[in-house]
Amino acid sequence: MKNKFSKIIIFGFVISFLSIFWLGLKKDNSYNTKDLIGGKITNFQLRSIYNSDLITEENLKKNQFTLINFFASWCAPCRLEHKYLVKLVNQKKNIKILGINFKDKKNNAKTFLNELGDPYYFVAEDTDGKASILFGIYGIPESILIDKELTVIKKIIGPIDQEKLEEIFRLIK
Amino acid sequence: MILRKIIILYFLLFTCLQSKEVKIDLIEIYKNLRCLVCQGQSVADSNSDFASTIKLVVEDQVKEGKTKEEIYDFLISKYGEWIVYQPSLNKNNFLLWFLPYLILVFGGLIIFFIIRKSKHNKAN
Amino acid sequence: MLSNIGSILILSVLSLSLLIIYNSYLDLKNNNQLIKKSIYSLSLFQITFTILSFFTLIVGFIYSDFSIINVYENSHSEKPLFYKIAGSWGNHEGSLLLWINILVLFSYLFLIFNHKHNKKFRLYTLIFQNFLILGFIIFLLINSNPFSSIYPVPLDGLGLNPILQDPALAIHPPLLYIGFVGCSIYFSAAIASMLSEYSGKQFALAIKSWVQISWVFQTLGITVGSIWAYYELGWGGFWFWDPVENASLLPWFAISALMHSVMVLEKRNTLYEWVIILCLLTFILSVTGTFLVRSGILNSVHTFANDPSRGLYILLFLSLMVFTSLIIFFKKRKKEIYSFKSSSKETFILANNWFMVFFLATVLIGTIYPIFLDVITGAKVSVGPPFYNTVIIPLVIPFLLLMTFGPQSSWIKSKKETLYKTFYILLGAFIINSTLFYFFGSFGFYSNLILITATFLILHSVIDAKKSIKNRKTFEYPRIISHLGFGMLVFFIGINHHHSIETDFNLKVGETKILYGYELFFENITIEPNKNYKSIIGDFKITDLKKNYTQYLNPEIRVYTNPETLTYEAAIKSKISSDLYLTMSNVSRSDFYNIKFQNKPFMIWIWISAFTIALGGFVQLILKKNEK
Repeated sequence: MKNKFSKIIIFGFVISFLSIFWLGLKKDNSYNTKDLIGGKITNFQLRSIYNSDLITEENLKKNQFTLINFFASWCAPCRLEHKYLVKLVNQKKNIKILGINFKDKKNNAKTFLNELGDPYYFVAEDTDGKASILFGIYGIPESILIDKELTVIKKIIGPIDQEKLEEIFRLIK
Repeated sequence: MILRKIIILYFLLFTCLQSKEVKIDLIEIYKNLRCLVCQGQSVADSNSDFASTIKLVVEDQVKEGKTKEEIYDFLISKYGEWIVYQPSLNKNNFLLWFLPYLILVFGGLIIFFIIRKSKHNKAN
Repeated sequence: MLSNIGSILILSVLSLSLLIIYNSYLDLKNNNQLIKKSIYSLSLFQITFTILSFFTLIVGFIYSDFSIINVYENSHSEKPLFYKIAGSWGNHEGSLLLWINILVLFSYLFLIFNHKHNKKFRLYTLIFQNFLILGFIIFLLINSNPFSSIYPVPLDGLGLNPILQDPALAIHPPLLYIGFVGCSIYFSAAIASMLSEYSGKQFALAIKSWVQISWVFQTLGITVGSIWAYYELGWGGFWFWDPVENASLLPWFAISALMHSVMVLEKRNTLYEWVIILCLLTFILSVTGTFLVRSGILNSVHTFANDPSRGLYILLFLSLMVFTSLIIFFKKRKKEIYSFKSSSKETFILANNWFMVFFLATVLIGTIYPIFLDVITGAKVSVGPPFYNTVIIPLVIPFLLLMTFGPQSSWIKSKKETLYKTFYILLGAFIINSTLFYFFGSFGFYSNLILITATFLILHSVIDAKKSIKNRKTFEYPRIISHLGFGMLVFFIGINHHHSIETDFNLKVGETKILYGYELFFENITIEPNKNYKSIIGDFKITDLKKNYTQYLNPEIRVYTNPETLTYEAAIKSKISSDLYLTMSNVSRSDFYNIKFQNKPFMIWIWISAFTIALGGFVQLILKKNEK
């Protein structure tokens, strides 16, 4: 009676432990972006790399969709993804891209854009990288897709490729 | 006699101590933050870019006069709970904090009953 | 060629295990008191072939035979010889082979050193130990074979991770595995004991030395690992409550508890059931630890094999082990009658076990909780040093008190006078600490208590030592040494934790920084080519402003080419009273270097304390040997 009960409890315990280990094996250890989707982006104020113009989250409300893209001239994967950004603004008129130049020198950024094309309707500077933390960025390239209520629809970690581009197309229909 | 010698030795040992205890809030905060792009290192230990950026942000906030909790809350709102090494006391983590003490109490009870039963056995 | 030799040797060991199991099973039915000679010979062959197989792998590394995939993946022709050899066990497959070696070694040693004990018991132990061996060999063969070959033979290897090229790290795995894997023998012995009904004092005597050996090596392994982390990893810490570190600590708590309970079983013939549970639990924890570390389920700076298929196999093996031991335990357990007086040594040892189980449970829960939460709710949390420190530290205080009072009590019943004497010493410790408190500034409530109780333990141990030497009670030396070591460890870690100065700032060449009574002048950067890396050395002039004493520290950044990695070598000046610690890393795309400058009191004493703890166990083994 009492013995049987404790045996069942112990066996149950052991089985659940082992099952959770087994399930844990199948889990993916990579970055968790689920939480951010549905939330609103932070309030911010950034300066342009070209002049003393400022941009805040209020400005983004005017766009139907905005892709906030973190990039730098010294970042190799950023060079690879850049053409997809250019494609994005050429093919879709309801989305604008805000470029945030991360830990970079303004001249290098300008050269980068002259060479590879400028898909950004505004390029903000983030020389010390602090702004990236406001957006919950891990590294570059990284992009956040928001709608005009500033709600996060998707967070893309790593360079945008054809597949991710098509997904963006689907999301901004 | 021996005790006296030991006490003297003790004081000699302590004259070697460099200086008083220092409270270093920044480093304590860095130690409590996980470097999210590293494999199991804190922001204090990591040499990564991400860690240095986080350090800048934390420094700024400390200068602004924010408390530790406010800084942690800020970073948790951006990156989720797992950026902080000290799990907070909420419904998710309740078991985590509660179970060890439960086991402590449980173990103590077992020992208590064993001793009581022994007294009982001895009495018989 | 070597790869073929190695594979053949392993297959031979596999066949020998099967033969041993079969022959032992047959011999069980034999009424002869002695174990058949053939079983001894089979075991001898088994250990010989196992060691030869490991030797083969080492030869492959020494001669850089890149036709062996394992050598290719973990070595390079330019590696220094010592690290070529260490590379053989510094990777998943090689370490698994080492694991098997130790399983077989302990199997053989247990067989030949235990002839005074019951035959059925020894045969069952051999059988179950060989089941374990089989399990690991099958794992090796289907998933992690260090002798798999590659064709065409590559010209050179991928190199060994430079962080692993360190003497402390080279000996850390062998030391730790003797601890981890040594527990296997008393796991098998526990099952054997239940099946052959060879229990009580005899069983305690059979496993006592093995528990001791595994404990000493586990302690040494953990200590050396911490020393390596301090000197090599460049953050000035030595324990991070990282999942892999925790995985090595869990068996340590269990073995420590077991070591004490075996004493009770031997002296008073009670607690048999609990000793069995601990024997089973220890190796189960070892295998669980291996699972956590090698399956990729946890995020850690140490994980060296991120392969879920490996994890699956280990999990299956672990499940088999757990279910087998549980079923046999429930079938064979008998009701035990306890007779413990509240002030007897047995009760204090029970209390020790109580605390050990608590510490074990805390570390286990903290390590596994993120997995549980992730699987059940999908939420991700981190459990790090703040959790463990908050939960464990307050309980260390009563634990230290128990450690001091416990040995003073006698078996069965204590005299009142001994307890009074102890109380006076506690008072002495309190007075000392209060004076220090007064002179050197407050430590905070818990820290104060910890230092008092640690001091109490140290003082009492020293007084005990004098008494034991006077009365020639040599059997008390091991306990006094280990308990003293533990008190010292807590004491020095406490002081170190509170008086460490840690700074983190950015500096350019030519700049000076003044902080905490030190002036740091970043003189220069020099670049030096080396055998398989390029060194970027920083020249720092550190002036202690109070003592007007200058010294030079040279931290390094090492740029390796095979594989392409960066390591940061700390510059450490160790003195008896403190260590000065400096690391330098470059801030990308800038002239600045990130500097971490630390002053850490009594670091050397922390290592000395840890070694003292192990020394006690070592002395115990020597005393036992001399007894014979």
